[in-house]
Amino acid sequence: MSDSLLSVEHLSTCFDGPRGRAMAVDGISFDIRKGETFALLGESGCGKSVTSLSLMRLVPEPAGRILSGRVLLGGQDLMLLPERAMRKIRGRRIAMIFQEPMTSLNPVLTIGDQIAEGVRIHLDLRGAAARRKVLELLDAVGIPDPEQRIDEYPHQLSGGMKQRVMIAIALSGEPELLIADEPTTALDVTIQAQVLALLRDLQARTGMAILLITHDLGVVAEMADRVGVMYAGQLVEIADREPFFAQPAHPYSRKLFESLPNIEKRDTALATIPGSVPSLTKAFSGCRFADRCAFAWTHCREVVPDWTDVGDGQRARCHLLELRFAARERAEPILPAGTHQSAALHRGRLLEVNDLKVHFPIQRGLFQRTVGHVYAVDGVDLKLDRGRTLALVGESGCGKTTIGKAILQLIRPTAGEVLFEGDDLTRLHGETLRRRRDAFQIIFQDPFSSMNPRMRVHEIIEEGMVALNIERDVQRRLERVRQLLSQVGLPEDAGDRYPHEFSGGQRQRICIARALAVSPRLLVCDEPTSALDISVQAQILNLLKDLQGDMGLSYLFITHNLSVVAYLADEVAVMYLGRIVERGTTREVLHEARHPYTRALLSAIPEIDGAGEEARAVIRLQGDLPSPSAPPVGCHFHTRCPEAMPRCKEAYPGVSRFSVSHEARCFLYEQGRDDDNEG
Amino acid sequence: MMLPVILWTDQLVFVLVAIVTLLAFYARNRPHLRAPWRAVLERPMGAVTLLVLGVYVAIALLDSLHFRLPVKPAPDAPNQETHYSVDVQSVLDLVLTPIRAHDEKTYSAPFATRLFVQESTVDADGNERRVYPRLQYGGAHLDDESARWSDIGRRTGEGMLYAGAIWVVAVLLLLLVLARRWARGPGEIFSDMSSGRLRHPWRSVLVTLFLLLAVIAMLAELAPYYHVFGTDKVGQDVLFQALKSIRTALLIGTLTTLIMLPFAILMGIMAGYLRGIVDDLIQYLYTTLNSIPGVLLIASAILLLQVYIDGHPEMFDTDAARADLRLLFLCMILGVTNWTGLCRLLRGETLKLSSLSYVEAAVAFGVRPARIMLRHLLPNVMHIVLISVVLDFSGLVLAEAVLSYVGVGVDPNMYSWGNMINSARLEMAREPMVWWSLAAAFVLMFALVLAANLFSDVVRDVFDPRRGKG
Amino acid sequence: MFAYILRRTLYAIPILIGVNLITFVLFFVVNTPDDMARMHLGMKRVTPEAITQWKVEHGYDKPLLINDAATGLDKLTDTVFFEKSVRLFVFDFGSSDDGRSIGEDIRQRMWPSLAIALPVFLVGLLVTITVALMIVFLHATYIDLLAVVTLVVLMSISGLFYIIGGQFLFGKVLHLVPVSGYDGGFNAIKFVILPVLIGVVSGIGSGGRWYRTIFLEEMGKDYVRTARAKGIGERIVLFRHVLKNAMIPILTGVVVVIPTLFMGSLIMESFFAVPGLGSYTIDAIHAQDFAVVRAMVFLGSMLYVLGLLLTDLSYTFVDPRVRLS
Repeated sequence: MSDSLLSVEHLSTCFDGPRGRAMAVDGISFDIRKGETFALLGESGCGKSVTSLSLMRLVPEPAGRILSGRVLLGGQDLMLLPERAMRKIRGRRIAMIFQEPMTSLNPVLTIGDQIAEGVRIHLDLRGAAARRKVLELLDAVGIPDPEQRIDEYPHQLSGGMKQRVMIAIALSGEPELLIADEPTTALDVTIQAQVLALLRDLQARTGMAILLITHDLGVVAEMADRVGVMYAGQLVEIADREPFFAQPAHPYSRKLFESLPNIEKRDTALATIPGSVPSLTKAFSGCRFADRCAFAWTHCREVVPDWTDVGDGQRARCHLLELRFAARERAEPILPAGTHQSAALHRGRLLEVNDLKVHFPIQRGLFQRTVGHVYAVDGVDLKLDRGRTLALVGESGCGKTTIGKAILQLIRPTAGEVLFEGDDLTRLHGETLRRRRDAFQIIFQDPFSSMNPRMRVHEIIEEGMVALNIERDVQRRLERVRQLLSQVGLPEDAGDRYPHEFSGGQRQRICIARALAVSPRLLVCDEPTSALDISVQAQILNLLKDLQGDMGLSYLFITHNLSVVAYLADEVAVMYLGRIVERGTTREVLHEARHPYTRALLSAIPEIDGAGEEARAVIRLQGDLPSPSAPPVGCHFHTRCPEAMPRCKEAYPGVSRFSVSHEARCFLYEQGRDDDNEG
Repeated sequence: MMLPVILWTDQLVFVLVAIVTLLAFYARNRPHLRAPWRAVLERPMGAVTLLVLGVYVAIALLDSLHFRLPVKPAPDAPNQETHYSVDVQSVLDLVLTPIRAHDEKTYSAPFATRLFVQESTVDADGNERRVYPRLQYGGAHLDDESARWSDIGRRTGEGMLYAGAIWVVAVLLLLLVLARRWARGPGEIFSDMSSGRLRHPWRSVLVTLFLLLAVIAMLAELAPYYHVFGTDKVGQDVLFQALKSIRTALLIGTLTTLIMLPFAILMGIMAGYLRGIVDDLIQYLYTTLNSIPGVLLIASAILLLQVYIDGHPEMFDTDAARADLRLLFLCMILGVTNWTGLCRLLRGETLKLSSLSYVEAAVAFGVRPARIMLRHLLPNVMHIVLISVVLDFSGLVLAEAVLSYVGVGVDPNMYSWGNMINSARLEMAREPMVWWSLAAAFVLMFALVLAANLFSDVVRDVFDPRRGKG
Repeated sequence: MFAYILRRTLYAIPILIGVNLITFVLFFVVNTPDDMARMHLGMKRVTPEAITQWKVEHGYDKPLLINDAATGLDKLTDTVFFEKSVRLFVFDFGSSDDGRSIGEDIRQRMWPSLAIALPVFLVGLLVTITVALMIVFLHATYIDLLAVVTLVVLMSISGLFYIIGGQFLFGKVLHLVPVSGYDGGFNAIKFVILPVLIGVVSGIGSGGRWYRTIFLEEMGKDYVRTARAKGIGERIVLFRHVLKNAMIPILTGVVVVIPTLFMGSLIMESFFAVPGLGSYTIDAIHAQDFAVVRAMVFLGSMLYVLGLLLTDLSYTFVDPRVRLS
């Protein structure tokens, strides 16, 4: 291809570990054209990040090694260059930004120094000229006040700002190709929208190509010109964006789409991919996806599929396509999509939270006097009925996790009441509170840190029963553990094993079983799927939905992911800086959002219709979330609100009602009635 | 009949052995506990150093079985009540009898047949002459002193031969056992072993085993006839002293830890988990203790102990008991100065763990704090405890030498490398120099500390999750 | 910032009080002045009169904590505790058993101590960090492996052997420097060289290994990857990025010992017959002069606490996260 910028041929990279050699990247080939965005899409552990490091020859040695393959940049094979010459490529012709802006910047150098380094090496600018260039770069990546920021240290910047600095560093060499390795995964959705827009904007201005590495189909839809799907160290499909989103060819790609939750799938089970990604240490004989594929037959397990062209520049490695099978027709119902009845078995109020406040003191000075508070949760009301799901939505730092923990009394609230089945939990202490703990349980975000690695699974599940004296008989307890394990879809012998033997999704199942062991009525789910891959997320969501149907559980579902909310929740409450700005039924909030913040949040989510951002009216929020220790006077949101009015700066708006269930706190809708002044 | 004597430190040694055995049994059925140890043994360095340390431990254990021999009653004694010698001996003393009993008059060089200093004798003609007299034991079996080196060579050869024979038998036994267990041919296993195809580094282990056997066998052959490391001022065999010092060194290295461990763990976890006032108090305690210069604290404490011991001579029936109390006390005071480091580490790690969701989950289940600390925190900080125990060991062995040198270590009459070096300091000033005490102490101490350091490297690599990669 | 420093300074006070109480209990409660007198007089010649006499001579004849005989404030001040322990806070160390002023001795003897300890510290730090950097630069090569084994071997040798070996080699065999002794002024140099050399060499093993670990840990951090992705050479990555970050953990371990350098080294000074505070302490231990030992314990603690304070301060210099919060 004449307009090809970078061409990767049969690249293989391995890692030597205690379990043998893992082929993290196993013979992948693709091209990136000048000025285009090529997205590498895949779930965790599929080798996409290793691919990017291999292109830069930055694979951490000696554990990792590039085994073979060519990487041609403008006809020059990077793999053959001496290290010294390779350094002239890095930063100059290919630049890179990483997933974790928090740790990717050197904490003891000013951001100006760190950007200037690249400027010095690649553009040979020094002194005042270098500083001018750095200021220019800071300005180009949209950092306000570059003159002042240039001498600041990374810890003084927010996550989004740090990622902008990373981009400025990458731009300092005016590269032809920018590798962006999950550039927005660690960021909030509104910040993600800013960063993605910045990348697109810079691409338009400089004409650089972008290799975008991501697990997020939405980001791909928004950014990519072409897509490569990776699975277990190999590319399984390469296509232009439109055909890919219209008709993914590989069964794996299709599954990824089907397992995405959204509001239309509410009443059905999500499609899932059974099993988990195979270990890359073993040798493969056939198609790597065969063990998890609904269409696989013996041929798939024996012969490695070759590329098949399906037209429109779309190619995939699948035997189905080779056979010109009517694959697309067969693709429809994969699992019996069991319909969920929304269990309204026993109604009635389970939980009522009134004016809940959690303030953390800030101590300063000689005698550690309290000089202020972090208003993590600042006057929140919630209501949750039996058998229902209330979703609490907001960006990181808005206080949603604190609410969950304060309800369970894991953090003692500063003020307010938590009425659970009529009793105010905040007034319970010691043994009386301990005895009630069987009724409300929690599932945590990170399935890896939520189980003691030194305990067997059955010990983990039993712990609550033992502590709360629920089942004294050892035999019956073990019987119950077996029953719980099968209820969450794990083999019965799982009890004798240790957590590290399970994958992330299986661990989350164990956590659910552990919570269910004490038969709770309320389950606080704190981002239970955000650490999981899409296909595994679907499994967990299905499970949660089933359990609610069977047992009439109530969920307080804390999340930042609105598509999960759309699929699972009955009601939604949107939080901003410790307060709830809008609440209503899921349909009301998602389809008739009133509060500008809710609308901005909704519009910031990349959509996977393949149309890109141009097709939607995006409300882009400026700046970052203010600090909860000094929330803005007046409406907390006015600093970022596109529709802010003068009065927004003066008082906190009261409640405006739109229906029995739908309300928001915004002056846009306030008709001057019942002004409750509590700003 | 002999009278068993269980010294204070012996009791603690037995406790330690019991604890290690129990832990080993506990770990047997728990893969996550067994796996890292297996990984340690799969590394050549880990397996080899463990073997070397094993030899030291065996010697120290033999030296910890104490007893007193009965004194032969005078024939005309009126009653038949047996009296016991005030001399406390150990099984190691019995094993080493041929060396122990061979006391010369004063210094003699390694493998010498004559004393290091001249003596005046009166010869047959009645003239007084200064000569180097023949040793009473060293090379005494030789009629012709010039045959000494050939005799030594022959005995060395014999030692090697014995070592070879024992080694071959041991390897054969091992092969048979493995062959039964794995249901494979012994020859096949041997070829796998020698080409390093098995999981465990058998080749390195067997080579080390042979070297150790060779050293032991050669010493066993030579030591009864020569003073391999010479004799000291009072004519005692230096090899014997150096071997007896092993127990002292090992005891200081392990008992100190054993004594301080409960405090360090309890305080560290409590400070990290309970926070607040408990944390403040514990932090205050260890900062204060830490701020007192260690050597001075030990010096003061030992001086004060000595005042006490001197003031109460009636409490100790034997010299060994007195020396033993001082050793125990030294371990304790070393523990006091040493626990702070581990305590701080554990506090930090506990702080980190406390914010993990499995601890929070346990709180959500109403699990009581004591149980959370025991079930959730303790097992997850044990790797830090283990690493620090192994790391501290060699430091403590070295510290013993320094403290004994300063005069605040073990009892001056106790066998220890520190005491040997201390006395060697004066001997170094002699012309010609008496260097062998120092050399003996150096060789044995260096081998122990090096093995311990290399072993601790392996343990740290395997147990520390952060060092797992790279 | 200022409040932070002041708070840390105030925190030192309860620690010093604690040290004072511990030493008081150790020296006067566990063993009473009577025991001390008895020990000094020797067991045989002990008469109650002699004990009283000794106590009066050395100022131990007062009650320990509360003097019932005195009136007013003297009830508290006219006691052993006040005379011997509280006075330490104003650097009044009293006099040693042979009647010399301890404060005067300390002032005189700290210079020879410093003359050895300071060069050992500075040169040692420089050499070990350089060694560690070189090893890290050659990471994952055979030289790295060899160097690490060498370091372990070096640190497995007792410090005593370094001294004895050094004295033997340079003093006795090569006759390059005097085996031991000390002199004032510029003459001190020839006496100082050998102890400094030995001090530096004996520290390479453990120090080099520790720094290597710190450097390697930093090398694995994300910002190093960023720096490499910029196209920076390995040397600059090491010196500009890694070294600066590694200074933070290095300082924790290093700054705290700076004040205690005044105390000198017990072993080194006694081997080389240097009239510093180290040998002063050892002599006191051998002579069982509790007054001196007590003074040195308090002085050592004070210097250590000062070291902690300096550590806190040094953070503010190297770590912008501390400086700017």
